[in-house]
Amino acid sequence: MPDQADNKFRTATIAVLVDNEPGILARVVGLFSGRGYNIESLTVAAVDEERAISRITIVTGGTDMVIEQIKAQLDRLVPVRKVCDLSLEGPHLARELMLIKVVCTGEQRMEALRLADAFRARVVDATTASFVFEMTGNGDKLEAFTALMRPLGLAEVVRTGVIGITRGTYSLKA
Amino acid sequence: MSAATLNAATSTADIMTGAEIVLRALKEQGVDTIFGYPGGAVLPLYDALFQQNAIRHILVRHEQAAVHAAEGYARSTGKVGCILVTSGPGATNAVTGLLDALMDSIPLVCITGQVPTHLIGNDAFQEADTTGITRPATKHNYLVKDVKKLASVVHEAFYVARNGRPGPVLIDLPKDVMLGSGPYSEAPTAPHRSYRPQREPNAESIQQAIRLLKGAKRPIVYAGGGIVNAGPEASRLLTEFVRLTGFPCTNTLMGLGTYPASDKQFLGMLGMHGTYEANLAMHGCDVMLNIGARFDDRVTGRLNAFSPGSKKIHCDIDQSSINKNVPVDVAIIGDAGLTLKALLEAWQADSQPQHTGALAEWWSKITEWRANDCLRYRQEGSIIKPQHAIRRLYEITQELGRETFITTEVGQHQMWAAQYFGFDKPNHWMTSGGLGTMGYGLPAAMGVQIAHPDALVIDIAGEASTLMNIQEMSTLAQYRLPVKVFILNNEYMGMVRQWQELLHGGRYSESYSSALPDFVKLAESFHAKGIRVTRAEDLDAGIREMLAYPGTVIADIAVAKDENCFPMIPSGAAHNEMILGEDQEGGVKGVTDEGKVLV
Repeated sequence: MPDQADNKFRTATIAVLVDNEPGILARVVGLFSGRGYNIESLTVAAVDEERAISRITIVTGGTDMVIEQIKAQLDRLVPVRKVCDLSLEGPHLARELMLIKVVCTGEQRMEALRLADAFRARVVDATTASFVFEMTGNGDKLEAFTALMRPLGLAEVVRTGVIGITRGTYSLKA
Repeated sequence: MSAATLNAATSTADIMTGAEIVLRALKEQGVDTIFGYPGGAVLPLYDALFQQNAIRHILVRHEQAAVHAAEGYARSTGKVGCILVTSGPGATNAVTGLLDALMDSIPLVCITGQVPTHLIGNDAFQEADTTGITRPATKHNYLVKDVKKLASVVHEAFYVARNGRPGPVLIDLPKDVMLGSGPYSEAPTAPHRSYRPQREPNAESIQQAIRLLKGAKRPIVYAGGGIVNAGPEASRLLTEFVRLTGFPCTNTLMGLGTYPASDKQFLGMLGMHGTYEANLAMHGCDVMLNIGARFDDRVTGRLNAFSPGSKKIHCDIDQSSINKNVPVDVAIIGDAGLTLKALLEAWQADSQPQHTGALAEWWSKITEWRANDCLRYRQEGSIIKPQHAIRRLYEITQELGRETFITTEVGQHQMWAAQYFGFDKPNHWMTSGGLGTMGYGLPAAMGVQIAHPDALVIDIAGEASTLMNIQEMSTLAQYRLPVKVFILNNEYMGMVRQWQELLHGGRYSESYSSALPDFVKLAESFHAKGIRVTRAEDLDAGIREMLAYPGTVIADIAVAKDENCFPMIPSGAAHNEMILGEDQEGGVKGVTDEGKVLV
């Protein structure tokens, strides 16, 4: 067995194309819990209504051997059509959508707006005592913005989890 | 399909009830036998069964037994086993059997009744979330809510069960869907819209494998249950390949019979209770060819000490078996039979010579290990050694020359059966390997006997295991199945007792079989014959009496109570840290605290 030391823990963003049928999400989630794998984030939505195909993006972590095993186990599920480790397929984009509510007044309001502008967050709701900002980006950016809002009256955060796609001409097809 | 032909197809389609659709689809899939137990939610299917003759229903006495019987049927015929049980408790009782089949890659289709669709989720009488409960216990499962899709789901279920790595598939069928009407459709040529397991091995990987194998000085072939699943031709190809190369060959528990046990190139079973020579050859080899086995923890022992110096080639139909426990150098995904065919052709086409000198040296090393005679035992006096009982059973069945199938329960007797009963053909050895399900052997034997009415079917059992599904004696009586239950009765859960002796200071916590039945009377009460043998000098006569009797027999063989199963690789130990029994008993070396945690 190769030395575990050269087999470091890494994060992987895995895209899975599946037949959109009842229970498929439970199968995927059950596989992770049943085999002791970690899910950092999971998103799912239909991407081809006509052919009834959904795309799941899972962010997980492990050694290369564990991630290879996760991919193989996913691929073995009967309704799974394609499994792709975006982290290995070369450069890829990863994005999340966040809605964040800040409750504040006075100078703190101005500061929140200025920062939102700098981070290209959009104001999607406002009252005299609150804002809801909408923001997309990678996890680091969303976390940085959330940290800045904390002292200004951060009240509520909701995030979609990561979706990802490869750069360039390579496309994931079912 | 064009619109016109589609219209023609639907207009001529037969309209029938859901129950009739199921039976017709089963028939089209080649099902002639179904193991089951009725109940409220499956009454429409039982009514349809009553009105036809094509499919024979075998009424078991517990749903778990229906699944094991179907496993025995499937494993001994190569066909898909079929089960019909009711909702709720019917389905939950079947779960152990389904998981057993999943772990051992046995193709099954299990139909469960379900409460009508409008009651699902209402905690209705005998309702269970069957697809939810069985999701991790099946290869795939379905809840059919629309009778129009029923025929295609049944066809798809059989396709999924038998293709790729075989496994159990469950169809949950609400009662209103069985009673509703819909069109029947025949099995399509592409029964699933996306599931296409790879069968053909990759040519480049085959070449890499051949380069390693030709260069091998200390090779070994390690063959498993995948070869049984690939059909008898795969076993023939394995034998041809091993003979052509002159390599030594070992089998896993699930693979016994894929290479003839009587052949001189066979090293016996490997693993926790494998032979000295097989395990040392695995440890010392320089090239390992694994075909249809999965580096199970019973086989590898301590992973970081497993065959440390070898290049490993792993052929498996299931990608997820590759690099799961043991990193390998060459991976070949595909059907075991097609892979062996490709290996044979590539070996013959390759001009590189073998290291014949080195191979001869390797064989002389193996011969030295063999000389250890690790399976030796001393049968002295009147007390029957369990090893001797199985050895005599084997020898006497060989004399008789009848086609013989063996099933087992789980425990010491199972390992002794694997060690002392020789299998020269695949599909004749049925055992619960992955899940280790006590109570497997009696119902599995039932399924085998149904499939092979004229063959000799023996359940090699322990007195504790066999009591777990003893109710099936009633099924054996009903269908006059002449199964022989050969109980090695040591009045202990022997394997538990052995571990307690070796690892827990001889504190035999709850591992004794108290208040056992009189198995002779038990047999008689189920209209069978009972035989009890207590002395070694009566053993042969007892075995002959059992084998000569035309009906069901329980032979209760009183064996040495404290016999241990050796050789043994203790948990957490390596192949070269094996305990060899008699001379080395008294202390188990190499069991670390980490090892004690393992099962």
